[in-house]
Amino acid sequence: MSKAIIEHAEASETFNKDEPYVNWHDETLWFVRQKRDKSSKQLPEWEPLRSAASNIKNYVLSNMDELLISFEQKAKENGIHVHWAADAAEHNEIVLGLLKKHNIDKMVKSKSMLTEECHMNEFLIKNGIEVIDTDLGERIVQLRQEPPSHIVLPAIHLKKKDIGDLFHEHLGTEAGATDPQYLTEAARQHLRDKFLTRRAALTGVNFAIAETGGFVVCTNEGNADMGAHLADIHIACMGFEKIIPKQEDLGVFLRLLARSATGQPVTTYSSHFKKPRDGQEMHIVIVDNGRSTQLGRADFRNSLKCIRCGACMNTCPVYRRSGGHSYHNAVAGPIGSILAPNLDMTKNADLPFVSTLCGSCSNVCPVKIDIHDQLYKWRQVLVKGGHVPQAKEIGVKAMSLVLSQPRFYQWSGRLGRSVMRTIPFVVNNGLNPWFKQREMPEAPKESFRDWYVRNRKN
Amino acid sequence: MTSRERILEQIRQNKPAALEKPESIRFDGGYQDTESKFIETLTAIYTEVIIVKSHAELAQKAEELYASVVNRASTLPSLAGWSDFSLNIADPHELELIEIAIVEAEFGVAENGAVWISDKYLPHRALPFITQNLAFVIPRKALVNNMHDAYARLSDTTGWGCFIAGPSKTADIEQSLVIGAHGARSMVIFLMDEDLDI
Repeated sequence: MSKAIIEHAEASETFNKDEPYVNWHDETLWFVRQKRDKSSKQLPEWEPLRSAASNIKNYVLSNMDELLISFEQKAKENGIHVHWAADAAEHNEIVLGLLKKHNIDKMVKSKSMLTEECHMNEFLIKNGIEVIDTDLGERIVQLRQEPPSHIVLPAIHLKKKDIGDLFHEHLGTEAGATDPQYLTEAARQHLRDKFLTRRAALTGVNFAIAETGGFVVCTNEGNADMGAHLADIHIACMGFEKIIPKQEDLGVFLRLLARSATGQPVTTYSSHFKKPRDGQEMHIVIVDNGRSTQLGRADFRNSLKCIRCGACMNTCPVYRRSGGHSYHNAVAGPIGSILAPNLDMTKNADLPFVSTLCGSCSNVCPVKIDIHDQLYKWRQVLVKGGHVPQAKEIGVKAMSLVLSQPRFYQWSGRLGRSVMRTIPFVVNNGLNPWFKQREMPEAPKESFRDWYVRNRKN
Repeated sequence: MTSRERILEQIRQNKPAALEKPESIRFDGGYQDTESKFIETLTAIYTEVIIVKSHAELAQKAEELYASVVNRASTLPSLAGWSDFSLNIADPHELELIEIAIVEAEFGVAENGAVWISDKYLPHRALPFITQNLAFVIPRKALVNNMHDAYARLSDTTGWGCFIAGPSKTADIEQSLVIGAHGARSMVIFLMDEDLDI
């Protein structure tokens, strides 16, 4: 987004103003996490499957160039046009160029987080192209002129009343209607008309297969297929890390993806594109946009193993209580927070600090990315690079001064306890960040150390 | 240097040390009865499974289920009499009128209820998505346990193919499940004892 960035802490403060709403958001995502747990536990081989997926992706990272070349060659043999884009701007220009070549000014699009990352919609609209997002959640946020707040559940931050009001305004549904069945039907009719009249369709790519030159797109709604099979030209955009070596590897990834994402055994549609249909043009745009740099960062390259299931978001206590928009990045949550600094360290310096480092994200990750370790390591990199606000740096330095000197630490503890007991209003106020959304604890009379020293003497 | 060369060059410089390709992995489904598991999974994703002995019984069931429906299409010669919508058209947009399509498909997967359909079985790729309601006919013996078995069976994917598991769905409005997002509003699977045509 071109708007000035509001840091995560400030944005979450706004998000947290309405307590029942935050509780609802928290519980809704936790419910999705529980569905993932239930579904994964039905497979006794779940853990070995995660290891297998992780091993395949490690192999991919170490053979990325060969796999991409093989994919390109096979795809070309199959009649697909292959394009390479070094950055977001080049990607956007390629897409615009293809549309212009065919004199197309209206396009349908299914979910692609890559095009969000490249801010493609804004670019195309500026250049006179109408882009209609066809995933229901994405259409909802598009009509609201905001980005998705979750990579799998784009409108998870909205209540049905918000959507009812939005559809009343844009799709002419009855005022006050909130029935999801009724609202979904209205969107179906509205979007069917778009599918039937648009000559170009853009989709994302979940997996690109080096062995066959084909690619797989997963949806529950069927929107990617509706768009692609009715359009004269199908453009599929992928970050280069989407590559997998062999078709049989899909057996591993498709078993993990939907179970991790929503708890379904598989998405409704797992569409395998290999050749354009007769008379159709098919294009693949392979995008770098910082990925090759990330590949060179030994501590962070594993983030490129991500298959975009969103499990780390659903489980994250910070994401659930701050909402996707607070992360000001196309991909939010824990995985977004380790991808974003690679794109822009200055703009995204706050994100690796948006975590309690509880490790739940790493535990649910289907490809075993060490997300919480990377969050911790990014913090070191960002502080060393001078990307962290001075207040935070001073705070951390002060803390280090206290913690490194036992006597000073003991004295500070005594002082703190005595202040909290005798003049509690000094800490129980809005100036103290620890006081936000919680009460300060009652201060004990003595520390454990004092107690231990006293009792050992006895 | 083109972007392609630049990207590949930077990847070469930055990639980690080469690793061996991991060995192929294949877990057994371990289901006592693949067919019961297949039916159980599909029931949970809002799909009815009907077992029929023969083409004649299939035609009879189709007649019963979709008695009042117009714009019926099928890829099965044995349902030619039942169909009233010809798939012999040039522009797939015309398929928009179809209410029910009964389509032959290759095989099903017990662990997730997915059915494999491809160019080999379809005159138009758009058909299973654009039809309002969808039914697949697969040989009763063509069921596998899980996705490893599925890909072992799938030596090639022709030009395009898709695993379809149940009707189209969405839960994008407050996580409330709604059946019939953009694709089929309902799904029936016929498991047939008799051989199919392909």
